[in-house]
Amino acid sequence: MAEVLVYVDHVDGAVRKPTLELLTLARRIGEPVAVALGNGAGDTAAALAEHGAVKVLTHEASEYADYLVVPKVDALQAAVEAVSPAAVLVPSSAEGKEIAARLALRLGSGIITDAVDLEAGDEGPVATQSVFAASFTTKSRISKGTPVITVKPNSAAVEAAPAAGAVEALSVSFSAQATGTKVTGRTPRESTGRPELTEAAIVVSGGRGVNGAENFGLIEALADSLGAAVGASRAAVDAGWYPHTNQVGQTGKSVSPQLYIASGISGAIQHRAGMQTSKTIVAINKDAEAPIFDLVDYGVVGDLFDVVPQLTDEIRAAHA
Amino acid sequence: MSLRIVVTVKYVPDATGDRHFADDLTVDRDDVDGLLSELDEYAVEQALRMAEELDGAEITVVTVGPENAKDALRKALSMGADKAIHVEDDDIHGTDAIGTSLILAKAIEKAGYDLVVSGMASTDGTMGVVPALLAERLGVPQVTLLSEVSVEDGTVKGRRDGDAASENLEASLPAVVSVTDQSGEARYPSFKGIMAAKKKPVQSWDLSDLDIEAEEVGLEGSYTTVENAAERPARTAGTIVKDEGEGGKQLAEFLAGQKFI
Ligand SMILES: Cc1cc2nc3c(=O)[nH]c(=O)nc-3n(C[C@H](O)[C@H](O)[C@H](O)COP(=O)(O)OP(=O)(O)OC[C@H]3O[C@@H](n4cnc5c(N)ncnc54)[C@H](O)[C@@H]3O)c2cc1C
Ligand SMILES: Cc1cc2nc3c(=O)[nH]c(=O)nc-3n(C[C@H](O)[C@H](O)[C@H](O)COP(=O)(O)OP(=O)(O)OC[C@H]3O[C@@H](n4cnc5c(N)ncnc54)[C@H](O)[C@@H]3O)c2cc1C
Repeated sequence: MAEVLVYVDHVDGAVRKPTLELLTLARRIGEPVAVALGNGAGDTAAALAEHGAVKVLTHEASEYADYLVVPKVDALQAAVEAVSPAAVLVPSSAEGKEIAARLALRLGSGIITDAVDLEAGDEGPVATQSVFAASFTTKSRISKGTPVITVKPNSAAVEAAPAAGAVEALSVSFSAQATGTKVTGRTPRESTGRPELTEAAIVVSGGRGVNGAENFGLIEALADSLGAAVGASRAAVDAGWYPHTNQVGQTGKSVSPQLYIASGISGAIQHRAGMQTSKTIVAINKDAEAPIFDLVDYGVVGDLFDVVPQLTDEIRAAHA
Repeated sequence: MSLRIVVTVKYVPDATGDRHFADDLTVDRDDVDGLLSELDEYAVEQALRMAEELDGAEITVVTVGPENAKDALRKALSMGADKAIHVEDDDIHGTDAIGTSLILAKAIEKAGYDLVVSGMASTDGTMGVVPALLAERLGVPQVTLLSEVSVEDGTVKGRRDGDAASENLEASLPAVVSVTDQSGEARYPSFKGIMAAKKKPVQSWDLSDLDIEAEEVGLEGSYTTVENAAERPARTAGTIVKDEGEGGKQLAEFLAGQKFI
């Protein structure tokens, strides 16, 4: 069976969930071969094998952390040359898309970004995309070269499918461009203990209606009662009430959880672009005319300062 | 010598309009008003700020798009860019990201550049890949997705706020930069700027000016094929209740019914 390369997103050997989802999708079109790079690359093997990787190609070098993007492109290109895969799958992070694009160009291939589903087709894998702020669904395929496709988080269920996961060292020689952009400093983001926004099953978001950084505690309390991630609209972020990394929308994260709860958010097109594919949508807004109500499965027209604490209390009581 | 900055700007259908696909599965650009992609306003803004910091810089804005894409160029010129290049050719219709990056790279090389500044993503395709593709094609460093950027003595520095960490980046010129909407509010064109823009030069190039064959771009030259585009079915109307003291409780019941609690 044809091999499919899967680029592994990991932090010091801990594989992030979107990569495990990619392994599930990869099995629909061939045999997954994972490529893990950088510090802790070898430590990813057990998790990858458990989820279907027949082989894990690894390479550790300081270049991956010291320079932007290009060393990873060089390594993936080496992996493609070693394996001749039927497709290359990369998680749709900002960096993942840049790596995939440069790789596609080098391979003389097309690229599809932000796929939300993938299936085998007669002429190669067919990718589903959700476009124009999720108002259209398209199906596309790559017509030239080895398909390079980036896939959004939450596009497939993670399935265990034990495979050999034989670790092999990948041999990589870095290109002249590899050291072009130096990373001169790095400040890791502090963990909040909450789930990752893009990976969470439930997201609770606050907008301008939350009216102040101090009131985001209400949103956080609701999120914690549900084990959810916290999101924010751009209005809340621009006002400095919540970090930009939590912004949901076109220029923030796009999320697709089982449940999305929007409080004090009007539902502007750019916000919808990042949450419209959520399975169940709930909104609390005091304006009955707010466009967010067009999307909801359940909406409460009311003051969030009354509704949110009451909801949180009910959930806590139910869980107690 | 003054720094030559080229800013890539895209003309896109207004996101608040009724965007849809034409029969050939390309974006219908006739039915919806177009404008300068809002995220490219941040690119123009940062180029203007860099030029203000530096002793002399020339800002050229370039777009690849149909006749009315000139509107995007005019907007950028009225913000303060010096001149514009419009790459227009019937054979460009339907070009994908790989092809777009070819046309832009050739145009940028022909124009001459020390620094390319792009937006983080267009507001229609929203792929966020063109700046990286340009760096690959031009063979220069990519310093992308910056929320802060500066240029000094032939070096570009910036901050990239990623998921796991915030990174400080540095590269020598020439380079390709892209900036996010966190980089700083874009200015509004002044009346003077709008009047001045009318007199600024807009050059038009077609594929032959860039030594690109028609087969390399357009729907024919595309590396990707859209097989189907369907409007997402409207969501079935949800339940909406008015809070009369029990709104939180009612919502909790709904969530319990859906097995979220
Ligand atoms: C290029 C571009 C990119 C953008 N990207 C994003 C993005 O990624 N994400 C994003 O969110 N936005 C984005 N925006 C901004 C977007 O257009 C909106 O401005 C933004 O989403 C508005 O945020 P909001 O809904 O919190 O605020 P508003 O639109 O001001 O809505 C606040 C809502 O809160 C309600 N409210 C007020 N008080 C209460 C109360 N006590 N109880 C209950 N309800 C209350 C009001 O009725 C109102 O509906 C972008 C814009 C542009 C131009
Ligand atoms: C809904 C939709 C989905 C698409 N999906 C794909 C896909 O999966 N694969 C594919 O190959 N193509 C795809 N395309 C086509 C692709 O969007 C265009 O070819 C486009 O010109 C390049 O990508 P982008 O608009 O996403 O730009 P991005 O990569 O998001 O743009 C980043 C920056 O590049 C610059 N830029 C981009 N285009 C131009 C331009 N024409 N002129 C000047 N500057 C520009 C701008 O500074 C912009 O801010 C899609 C288009 C649409 C509308």
